[in-house]
Amino acid sequence: MELKRRGFLTIAGLTLLGLTAKPGWDIFSKVELPEPSPTPERLAKKKWGMAVDLKKCWSLEKCKDCIDACHRIHNVPDLGTLKEEIKWIWPVPFEKVFPEHELEYSGEDYHQKPVMVFCNQCDDPPCVKYCPTRATWKRKDGIVMMDFHRCIGCRYCMAGCPYGSRSFNWRDPRPFIKKVHLEFPTRTKGVVEKCNFCEERLNRNLLPACVEACKEKALSFGDLKDPGSDVRRALYHRTIYQRLPELGTKPKVYYIL
Amino acid sequence: MDMYDGKKIIPGLLIFLGLVTYPFWHNGVSGKTGYVPKPKLPVDKKECVEPKDYIRVNHKDLLDDWKSSAIRKGRRTYVASNQKRYTMSLTRTCMQCHTDRAEFCDQCHKYAGVENKCWDCHMFPKEIKKE
Repeated sequence: MELKRRGFLTIAGLTLLGLTAKPGWDIFSKVELPEPSPTPERLAKKKWGMAVDLKKCWSLEKCKDCIDACHRIHNVPDLGTLKEEIKWIWPVPFEKVFPEHELEYSGEDYHQKPVMVFCNQCDDPPCVKYCPTRATWKRKDGIVMMDFHRCIGCRYCMAGCPYGSRSFNWRDPRPFIKKVHLEFPTRTKGVVEKCNFCEERLNRNLLPACVEACKEKALSFGDLKDPGSDVRRALYHRTIYQRLPELGTKPKVYYIL
Repeated sequence: MDMYDGKKIIPGLLIFLGLVTYPFWHNGVSGKTGYVPKPKLPVDKKECVEPKDYIRVNHKDLLDDWKSSAIRKGRRTYVASNQKRYTMSLTRTCMQCHTDRAEFCDQCHKYAGVENKCWDCHMFPKEIKKE
């Protein structure tokens, strides 16, 4: 049988299609892989950091997508009172976040504008030094972790944190959670909580919930040790601020103006 | 046998013994002594992360190990004795199959009078539907 050009192409095409069948089947029928177990050395190669582009953030007024996303997936209760408020990410006026940059005659109009603040994931975290049970500690990749199982609720970490990033559960939070997100535990009365840089999402190669939720792409997240990462590129040649740098806590959250 | 007030003491003792052993013979008469807790197993799943006998005895140690490994070390892959791999997570692995606390955990835990604090934070899918 003589093979015509058309016939050859058909057979070649069908063969190629056939070759993709197996990998294609594997992808779509794949059982979910277990989450990884990085070694301490591998964790230490990374250093997670975040950058908040304030002008981009301010371009949408009264937007609180990042807060909603974070508080929804982490089961943060809405107690409705300021006194017992529990917050992982929340807005504070610029002049309160950066009092050192509040110059009287700068002619700028942003002093009252909201700045999103959350745990700074300090490189030298005071909360960790204060915790008597090691319920909070710094991971090799720089995330200041919180073990709710081990927290005894002494609130020393809250006293130690110069940024007010930690909240205490004065009462059972469950009745105050609108819709429980099953993948993350709720907390109990007597436990301190804070932003964990979405450690549970990073493990599955997902960006933090706030970064993902931001429509304006005002939040950049990535590995500070990698010059090509999103966060490093966002910081290039920009005026950057950090909260209370003079304290030497070395925050890993940057604010870009 | 000489005994002062024997007519009162002996019936009194009998009544006392009857009252003290009341729980035992009451349960014997009502058939409760033969009660065996029956945790309801998931219908559509065939195997747990480890064999049933191992899990039955060691699930608390396993969960404790998972807790410290996942949270404190950030290591979340569990390699089971049959070399299958699982994510170490109470909520995302265990509770995906065992969705109802009342039908599964509580069966034995209530029978044995063992309380724990896992469920203060980790919620079951069925619990939420009820709320």
